[in-house]
Amino acid sequence: MTAPTYDLGKLHGGLRLPGEKAASTARDILEAPVPEQLILPITQHVGAAAQPVVGIGERLLKGQLIAEADGPLSAPVHAPSSGKVVAIELWPVSRRHGEKAPCIIIECDGEDRAIELAETPEPYTSLQPDALLQKILQGGIVGLGGAVFPTAQKLMQATTAPLTHLLLNGVECEPFISCDDMLMREHAMEMLGGTRILMHALGLEHSYVVVESDKPEALHSIGEAMADLNDPRITLKQVPTIYPSGGEDQLVQLVTNREVPSGGLPTDVGCVVQNVATAAAIHRWIANNEPLISRVVTITGDGIAQPVNIRARIGTPISDVIGLAGGYTERANRMVIGGPMTGKSVSTDQVPIVKATNCILVLSKLMPLAEEKPCIRCGECAAVCPIQLLPQQLFWHACADNEKQLRAHGLTDCIECGCCDLVCPSYIPLTEDFRRAKARMQELADEKARAERARLRFESRNERMELEQTRREEELAAQKEAALIAGPGAIRDILERTGKKDRQPSNGDPE
Amino acid sequence: MEFERRDAPFVTPSTDVASIMRQVLYALIPAAIAYVWYFGSGFVFNLIVAAIFCAAGEATMLHLRGKAFEPALADYSAMVTAALLAFAMPALTPWWVTATAALFGIVVAKHLYGGLGFNIFNPAMAGYVVALVAFPLHMNLWTAPRMGDIDYQFLTIYETARYTLTGSLPDYLSFDAISRATPLDIVKAGLNSMHTFDELSIYPMMGDFGGRGWEWIGNFTAIGGAWLLLRKIIRWQIPFGVLMGLLVPSGLLYFLGTGVHASPGFYLFSGGTILCAFFIATDPVSAATSPKGRLIYGFGIGFLIYAIRRWGSYADGVAFAVLLMNMATPAIDYLTRPHIVGHPKKIRSTKHD
Repeated sequence: MTAPTYDLGKLHGGLRLPGEKAASTARDILEAPVPEQLILPITQHVGAAAQPVVGIGERLLKGQLIAEADGPLSAPVHAPSSGKVVAIELWPVSRRHGEKAPCIIIECDGEDRAIELAETPEPYTSLQPDALLQKILQGGIVGLGGAVFPTAQKLMQATTAPLTHLLLNGVECEPFISCDDMLMREHAMEMLGGTRILMHALGLEHSYVVVESDKPEALHSIGEAMADLNDPRITLKQVPTIYPSGGEDQLVQLVTNREVPSGGLPTDVGCVVQNVATAAAIHRWIANNEPLISRVVTITGDGIAQPVNIRARIGTPISDVIGLAGGYTERANRMVIGGPMTGKSVSTDQVPIVKATNCILVLSKLMPLAEEKPCIRCGECAAVCPIQLLPQQLFWHACADNEKQLRAHGLTDCIECGCCDLVCPSYIPLTEDFRRAKARMQELADEKARAERARLRFESRNERMELEQTRREEELAAQKEAALIAGPGAIRDILERTGKKDRQPSNGDPE
Repeated sequence: MEFERRDAPFVTPSTDVASIMRQVLYALIPAAIAYVWYFGSGFVFNLIVAAIFCAAGEATMLHLRGKAFEPALADYSAMVTAALLAFAMPALTPWWVTATAALFGIVVAKHLYGGLGFNIFNPAMAGYVVALVAFPLHMNLWTAPRMGDIDYQFLTIYETARYTLTGSLPDYLSFDAISRATPLDIVKAGLNSMHTFDELSIYPMMGDFGGRGWEWIGNFTAIGGAWLLLRKIIRWQIPFGVLMGLLVPSGLLYFLGTGVHASPGFYLFSGGTILCAFFIATDPVSAATSPKGRLIYGFGIGFLIYAIRRWGSYADGVAFAVLLMNMATPAIDYLTRPHIVGHPKKIRSTKHD
């Protein structure tokens, strides 16, 4: 069956940003050595924290499970090298901008001995899709594009929807980041292997590997690998280089011309999107029994002497790998985990590389932020917004804290890509303002929900008390009636029985 | 190593308000040269007066409102207002007329509404209209352009300066000797008194398309406007809307062939049409904000200009057209919100049910 072709849908707006990728792609991927210590946060994914299953002092082998998935949305963590658990404690993490979070700390013995494999890996084709998904779950695989959503759960959800497209996201559209580019250049076969596994797991008959036009080397090596593989079910698609076409929903729109509904998922329009690095990690796990214990990370920026891509063990402190990139330059002033548009700035390089760490960007001091000026409603922000929002109107309503208008203007649809910030001549930090407005909106919704709960509690308590009251009144009435029917003799009997002798019958007693 | 923290994005914007406003000023240079060539040095004096009073008004209001001087004065927005006013004023205008327009524009239309970004009305046009109403005599005194007719009088720089400062002409000249009905006046009056447009076209004040001189000022203004479009300082929707709003109705009526309507080219190249399309209507603060909204906004201005010129009581209608559409802006913005990606498309079947 030949794969159908689609017109490239048009993404609204977006920016052609300078790639800044040449520096970090000049050298091959470097293998980072085993560090002295590995710091493994128990939350490296979207969802519930993994539960540690090792104790302090316990010896570990590479690939051993150290924290298991907890609950329906979670992902396990494995030991990236052999050594000993020395602590389970709070440590600075990038997810919290350098604030601390619970981590398992392993002192490596340097031997890097892998766990004995109980079985040689079965070929994935012999597994039923369900069993394959369960296996992927155990590998600790999460989306490596940066969102770190547990992959198995994403695929399980996808199997419940009618699917038409599997898209492999090789659109690394943010400046500076080149880890996926390098992975595709050097390990295209791994990525394609993962793609085939994904197709089997999802029961799909074709898939699209989507790569941006500014990555000719990656396109070339994928093309070669595809020729070797000769699998007609996989199509390579080239898309124009426009930020933010690598966002999941944007990619779906770009390739299929379908809009992911507001608040919905790509599966609502028949699509599943997986990052190319996630596919490669799935291949490593299913075909080579290696769980997700390492990843490719770009170290770059004008604060880095020799930008490079490295393959590092998850848990390696960033301070340990900066040396591989020639160390900091004198201008190093700011560290960003991720890209310059959506990354997270961290306060310290003590934070470990985690599953989400695609790029360590060290920047020189930015030009002092010019003072925010009034919005002149030039509309450039609306021209570049990929969601076709009107940031200038959202900004007004955000200033006025007008929740109704914010909703009407689609604040919750904002993907925080940062395009509007870049074109604003008044230096208004729009993305930050929108982030805050969203948080505020959430707060209001929570408050409302809390108030609603309290109201329900109060009302049900009132109801209960009313009920109790009527029940008691009815009981008393019934007793009274029973007493009247039974007559005075019965009352005396009762009084005697309860020992209340002091109570004399009244003078008007008929007897 | 420890680092500073900040929120994404970590890229500095490449444009700023001051550079936008500066480029708008640069783009007005060709038009200014043409204006001075055709109408003399009065434009320069008007510009100086407008600039002084706009800056003074801005500084005073910033002081009264307790705002910092430097960022607001350095954004050149008051200078753009001054420049637009200088273009709108007749070449010979006494300083108090220009000063009234400048102060009203900056103090009332701009700052009393909250300053840059919050003004509902275009400050230059608001100021112009106030001057037009307050000083009808001075505001309707237009001199003949160079080559306008054979006996035109061209004031020297000294005489122009003197007039600007005192409002009095040299003894040997009278208002009647130097003032001429503008082409728009001629056509309006002529058409209203049952002349055909062809009959009116032979007047010496009339040029090849529009008014003599005016049409070349229009051309030079359009050069600056095209440059702004290329630089993406302005987008095409508003200029296109204005021109269409003017050309469509005037063209339709003209090509009916009854002879009682002026040609669309005449309206295009007379008065402030081109300046309005590229420089006045495109003031982003008081304009509609979505692309579709801007088309409607521009079209409304163009149509109103035509309506006022053809059926209204003012010869040119630019200022009134702009102010009227400024009032409609919030409604236009509300009604033309673009489709948000991922939201259901509007169902438009109810009309035919």
